[in-house]
Amino acid sequence: MSTPTGYTEYHPRWHRTRLGTLWWLRRRSYLVFILRELSSVFVAWYVVFLLMLIHAVGQGNDAYQRFLHRAANPWMVLVNVVALIFVMFHAITWFNLAPKAMVVRLRGKRVPPAWVGASNYLAWTVVSAFVAWRVLGG
Amino acid sequence: MTESQSHDVVLVGGGGAGLRAAIAIAETNPQLSVAVVSKVYPMRSHTVSAEGGAAGVIGPDDSLDEHAYDTISGSDWLCDQDAVEAFVTEAPQELLRLEHWGCPWSREPDGRIAVRSFGGMKRMRTWFAADKTGFHLLHTLFQTTLKYDRVARYDEWFVTKLLVDDDRVQGVVAVELMSGRIATITAKAVILCTGGCGRVFPFTTNANIKTGDGMALAYRAGAPLKDMEFVQYHPTGLPFTGILITEAARAEGGWLINKDGYRYLQDYDLGKPDPKPVLRSMELGPRDRLSQAFVHEVEKGRVVETPYGPVVYLDLRHLGDRVINSKLPFVRELCLEYENIDPVTELVPVRPVVHYMMGGVHTDVSGATPIEGLYAAGEVACVSINGANRLGSNSLPECLVFGARAGRAAAEYASSAPDLGAAVLAQGRDEQRRVERELLHKTGGRERISAIREEMQQTMEQSAGIYRSGDSLAKGVDKLRELQERFRSVAVEDHSRTFNTELVAALELSNMLDVAQSILDCALRREESRGAHQRTDFPARNDDRFLAHALIYREPDGIARIEYLPVAITRWPPGQRVYGR
Amino acid sequence: MANNITLQVTRYRPEQDDEPTVQEYEVPLRKDWAVLDGLNHIKDHQDGTLSYRWSCRMGICGSCGMTVDGEPKLTCATFLTDYDPGPVRVEPLANFPLIRDLVVEIGDFLRKLPKVKPWIVRDDDMPISEGEYLQTPKQMEEYKQYSMCINCMLCYSACPVYGLDPDFIGPAAIALAQRYNLDSRDQGASDRLDLLIHPDGIWGCTFVGECTRACPKDVDPAGAIQRYKLTAAMHSVKALLFPRGAR
Repeated sequence: MSTPTGYTEYHPRWHRTRLGTLWWLRRRSYLVFILRELSSVFVAWYVVFLLMLIHAVGQGNDAYQRFLHRAANPWMVLVNVVALIFVMFHAITWFNLAPKAMVVRLRGKRVPPAWVGASNYLAWTVVSAFVAWRVLGG
Repeated sequence: MTESQSHDVVLVGGGGAGLRAAIAIAETNPQLSVAVVSKVYPMRSHTVSAEGGAAGVIGPDDSLDEHAYDTISGSDWLCDQDAVEAFVTEAPQELLRLEHWGCPWSREPDGRIAVRSFGGMKRMRTWFAADKTGFHLLHTLFQTTLKYDRVARYDEWFVTKLLVDDDRVQGVVAVELMSGRIATITAKAVILCTGGCGRVFPFTTNANIKTGDGMALAYRAGAPLKDMEFVQYHPTGLPFTGILITEAARAEGGWLINKDGYRYLQDYDLGKPDPKPVLRSMELGPRDRLSQAFVHEVEKGRVVETPYGPVVYLDLRHLGDRVINSKLPFVRELCLEYENIDPVTELVPVRPVVHYMMGGVHTDVSGATPIEGLYAAGEVACVSINGANRLGSNSLPECLVFGARAGRAAAEYASSAPDLGAAVLAQGRDEQRRVERELLHKTGGRERISAIREEMQQTMEQSAGIYRSGDSLAKGVDKLRELQERFRSVAVEDHSRTFNTELVAALELSNMLDVAQSILDCALRREESRGAHQRTDFPARNDDRFLAHALIYREPDGIARIEYLPVAITRWPPGQRVYGR
Repeated sequence: MANNITLQVTRYRPEQDDEPTVQEYEVPLRKDWAVLDGLNHIKDHQDGTLSYRWSCRMGICGSCGMTVDGEPKLTCATFLTDYDPGPVRVEPLANFPLIRDLVVEIGDFLRKLPKVKPWIVRDDDMPISEGEYLQTPKQMEEYKQYSMCINCMLCYSACPVYGLDPDFIGPAAIALAQRYNLDSRDQGASDRLDLLIHPDGIWGCTFVGECTRACPKDVDPAGAIQRYKLTAAMHSVKALLFPRGAR
């Protein structure tokens, strides 16, 4: 639809409040959102860390031991603990949001959103249990 | 600073009728330039709050004649039967057109349009979109108008005057609320679609914006108003807010019970109570009879007193939560939100509230008023298909049918009308100066807008409620005259140009005072009881004298002149209104 | 429950003020009163110069959206007693230019809305004489939720992306596009695609989710947008693999 004649589209006296750089501190939900976005940095860190681990393994036992030694450094442990918290936060927030993006229908009826979310958690638990079993025991 | 814009057709009001008319014009003659001038954004128009449904003959066991008969008997034989015949024929087509445009009408399991019963109808023919029919209808219409490039919109422009010169309409003068500039918009044809005037009463389902603006504009321009004395009270509004609880609640099987838990309508010649809803009986009787029954219950002391006045109860508990959630979800929401009551388990307090104006600007079957180039459609107009009492679910199709008719008629007229004279711009400037002088720049006023408005509303309720008497009406007429006088010294504190809502309130109040006056004048003159107009001093219907419409004209000296126009009868001679038998 | 409650209301008169200010008013605290009733009391009995929009007072017209104590709300459906003892901050909707007092300019949305083609798009139109397009209740369920939008703009007010980038097409517009995309009678999904997959379309959304939280009609625009992201992504993959067949 074309703009009608005589319709004021812009007026200099309209007041526009600038959002300000710290807009995300104004509401708890905004803060949580920013933290969630920030968590992707730590996800990236985990990926890099994992790649470094695989690379070290590939280089042989000496390289692997050096890697383990560095990883045991208190600062490194701290960084990884913080990263773990953020990655779990990342996973939890995304699993909780998953039902919003996926409307699954089984035989006509809509699968309750809670099940969609729950299935993510289930898959996470199963995969984690399997990996833990392989790494720690069997 | 006047400016002027120019269009071929101007629509005042952007609700169901206005938007349908705009589409009709764009389709009849795509070359015409159309403008929708509305004091609110179109999706805020009061059409949005209609709930119950829209009637249109669609079933195999239904017929146009039956819809016509239900409408005519419902109107207590005051409607024009030729108009009703055209209306019932075109209603289903209009509703289908809406469906093609995307309106989400509720469906049967096989995908066909579903219909439900409604008050005063012998067959089920009311189409519905859950219980938000008006909302879906309006948004469908609004979104469809966005397709048409030639439909310009002036959102939040308040029309203050119809410009008439040379015995024809030449345009309007309007205030752009955002900036306060007052401009003349010239047009060869103007269609009024501004809705009713429920806000002249204190207790109404109507939104704040229903202030009879179009009726006042036409009245002051010399067009007559028709049947103004007929004010519809909807039997079920929530106390305090007046929010509408749709008739569909009764159509699905709700009961009206008094303080003793008794379905009192059986005492008022409306049939015998049946556990299931019976068409044209008991709770599915016509609105005027149900509202009148309430008044009698009050007199008998069988109602419940609340801080907000007497109420009766609407009982929906026996419907069960599945029916309520699927057919009446909005009703449940409203009760929970505004009364803290869950209709699934509790009784809903209700009372009659002003809902609809059967009267309005006098038009013919094509929406044309006696002033050349001026048309009207929707609640603002009186064609009349509703006569002395409107049946529920007839007003949405009325907006569509007559919106389309007025649109086509205006388009045809505007396509061949001669160009406008130059005098119109001078008139426009005069009006601009008047608004500024009398309202915007006025100082020293003594009366508060809200005080005059509240006194007007109280007067209307006392003088022209469900039951009226010559006494109450005469007193009301005097009081209104006093209020008109007092309005001349109204105080407008806000002198700014930018979005001055106090100016709007003052303009609306001035419109309401004129409209209220016309309601009382017509009611005083009609010495009979018919439909929604009940006179305690003239309790019977008098077809000899009053099978006619009251036309009220404003004379130059400000006093009103009333004439009577006989009702058009085609195939249904006047009879008795029978319900429940 | 106290007798009165204080409302701290934003005032802005562009002809006199450079910046918005706050004015305090005391209104009666009644059990049934919404914030809107408080504002009406101010306008009718205390200060006629206060400007705000309202109409239906039953939560269906969408006029009365304002920011109450920092949250976007419909003032006709927000009750004063929930804020007892107050004071209650009543401010205009965030993220929109402020015209006057509590009135904001929503023209931006009205210019964006036609771009998503919020109407039934069909290649062929069945004549009215052939009746209605069949649509089962199940088919209607697909889009019904997204058709409930009252255009109140609370979602735009809650959305930080819209606040930071006014070019973002916004939650309600996308939800309305989805309403038509998912309507079985509509054939215009590909018409709407180009606009929606623009960076200012769905990909501007970072799934903050505040729009859904603010929506008074449970339209769930965030859900509509994320679902469309899936649809659009799959469409892009298909377009990559089968360039001719995808459209």
